[in-house]
Amino acid sequence: MYSAKVMEHFQNPRNVGEIEDADGVGKVGNPVCGDIMALYIKVKDGRIIDAKFKTFGCGAAIATSSMVTELVKGRTLEEAKRISRDTVAEALDGLPPIKMHCSNLAADALHKAIEDYKKRARLKDQK
Amino acid sequence: MKKIYLDHNATTPMRPEVLDAMLPYFKEKFGNASSIHGFGRDAKVALEEAREKVAEILGASSSEIFFTSGGTESDNLATKGTAFANRKKGRHIVTSKIEHHAILESCKFLEKEGFEVTYLPVNFRGLIDPEDLSNAIRDDTTLVSIMYANNEVGIIQPIEQLSKIAKKMKIYFHTDAVQAAGKIPIDVQKLNVDMLSVSGHKIYGPKGVGAIYIRKGVRIAPLSHGGHHERSRRAGTENVPAIVGLAKALELVVGEMENQNKHLRNLTEAFYKKLMESIPDVVLHGDLDRRIPNTLNLSFKGVEGESIILSLDMKGVAVASGSACTSGTLEPSHVLSAMGVDPAIAQGAIRFSFGRDTAMQDVEYVAGILPEIVQRLRSMSPLYAKKE
Repeated sequence: MYSAKVMEHFQNPRNVGEIEDADGVGKVGNPVCGDIMALYIKVKDGRIIDAKFKTFGCGAAIATSSMVTELVKGRTLEEAKRISRDTVAEALDGLPPIKMHCSNLAADALHKAIEDYKKRARLKDQK
Repeated sequence: MKKIYLDHNATTPMRPEVLDAMLPYFKEKFGNASSIHGFGRDAKVALEEAREKVAEILGASSSEIFFTSGGTESDNLATKGTAFANRKKGRHIVTSKIEHHAILESCKFLEKEGFEVTYLPVNFRGLIDPEDLSNAIRDDTTLVSIMYANNEVGIIQPIEQLSKIAKKMKIYFHTDAVQAAGKIPIDVQKLNVDMLSVSGHKIYGPKGVGAIYIRKGVRIAPLSHGGHHERSRRAGTENVPAIVGLAKALELVVGEMENQNKHLRNLTEAFYKKLMESIPDVVLHGDLDRRIPNTLNLSFKGVEGESIILSLDMKGVAVASGSACTSGTLEPSHVLSAMGVDPAIAQGAIRFSFGRDTAMQDVEYVAGILPEIVQRLRSMSPLYAKKE
C-alpha cells in the first residue's frame, strides 16, 4: 500500500529529534486522529538552516515528517511556505488516499513552525 | 526470510485434511444438492451429513443449522432477519458497543429503517454488566445480540447469564461465536441462545462459508429470496465443497480444543512474560483470565500501532492492530474506546493472535525483535519521554 520511497523514509527517517534552541516549533495532530507531530526549525538570515522532527503515528506520518525536513533545509522562509501537503506527498511518490488527510500533517507542522518563528521575531523587535 | 503468522483472528490457514474432504465436491461430486438425479443426491448426502455434524457439535438438531456465506451473513440474518419478522411485536434491539461490524453496521441499517438500538457499555475489562442488559430491555425489545468472544481483545462474555435475562422476558438471544468456535466449548442448550453464528475460515476451514444455528420456532425473515434452499431461510445453491470443509474444520478444531488451548495458553503466557521483562510501559487490554487463550492485545506507550505492524512485517512477522490506520478509519478501535482506553494508547494497540501452527520459537523470535522496534519508534515519538 505504501510506495518504496515511503517505506524507505519510514525505515530510515532523516532528522529525527528536537532542536533545543529552535527558532520555531510547529505542533499538529491529536491522539484521536492517531498522528501527532512536532517540527523544529532553525533560521538564519531568512533561511531554514536546520529542521528536526518527532512524530507519533503511522508509516505515512513518519515518512512525511522525514520528507518535509529534507525539503525545507536550505530554503528561504518564502520558499518553505510554498511547500504544501501535495508537495510532500508527491516527493514520496504518493500516499494511499486514506492517508492524504489524516497522516499528511508535515506541511501543516512546517507552516506552524514558520508562523511561530515570525511571532517570536516580532516579539524580539518590540523589545 | 522466515515468515511468522500471528494474525489468526483475521483468518487461519486451511488444514490439508479439510482440503482433502472438500476436493471431491469440486470434481466428480459436483452436483447441485437440489437436483433429483444421482449427482444431486451425492451432493445432498454430503450437505446433510455436514449439517448433522455441525448440529451435533453445537448441541442442536440438524434442522436448526443453516449454511451461509460466512460470519457476516450469519450476523446479518440474525439481526435483520428477526428484526423484520418481528416488527409488529416491537422495534427495539439490544446489542453492545464492542460487537463486530457485521452486527454494528446491521444495527445502524436497522436504525435507518425505523428500529431503535441500545448499545450496552462494557467495563475496563471489556465485560458487559448483566444488570445493564436487564435495564435496557423494554416491552418492545425483540432481540438481544451479544458476541461470545471478542475478535480484538479476546474477552469472553458471560453469555449464559445474559441469555437468561433475555429468555426470561421471552426475547430472542443471538450470539456471534465466530471467534469463540474451537477455542471455548459451544453448546447452544447450555448457553441457552436462540441463534449463534460461526465462520469457516477462522477455524482452519475455507473462506466464504459460515453457519447459523436458529432454534426451532424463531421467527426470522430471509435476506435473499429465490429457491427453497436451507428451508427457505437462505435462497441460493448450497456451496457444498465449502460446507463440507466447514463441517470437517469444526470437527477437527473441537476435537483437539483441550490440547490446543494448553499450547496456546503456554505461548500467550510466555510471550507476555518476555515482553513485560524486556519492554517498559506495556499495556495489556482486557482481562488475562476471561479471554480466548490465543489472543493478546497490547499497547506500547508512545508508539502508534501501524508503525509497529510495518516494522514487524519487514521482518516477516504478521500481526494486526485495532488501530485507525490499518482498518481504514481514523478513529481508534471502537472496542478499546468502549473499554475506556485513552485514545493515544488505543492507537498503539497491537493484536497478537496465535494459532495451532505457532511454535514457541516463533513467539520467542518475535519477543526478541520487539524491544528494538519499540525502542526505535519511541525515540522518534513526541509522546514518549526517555526514562533512564
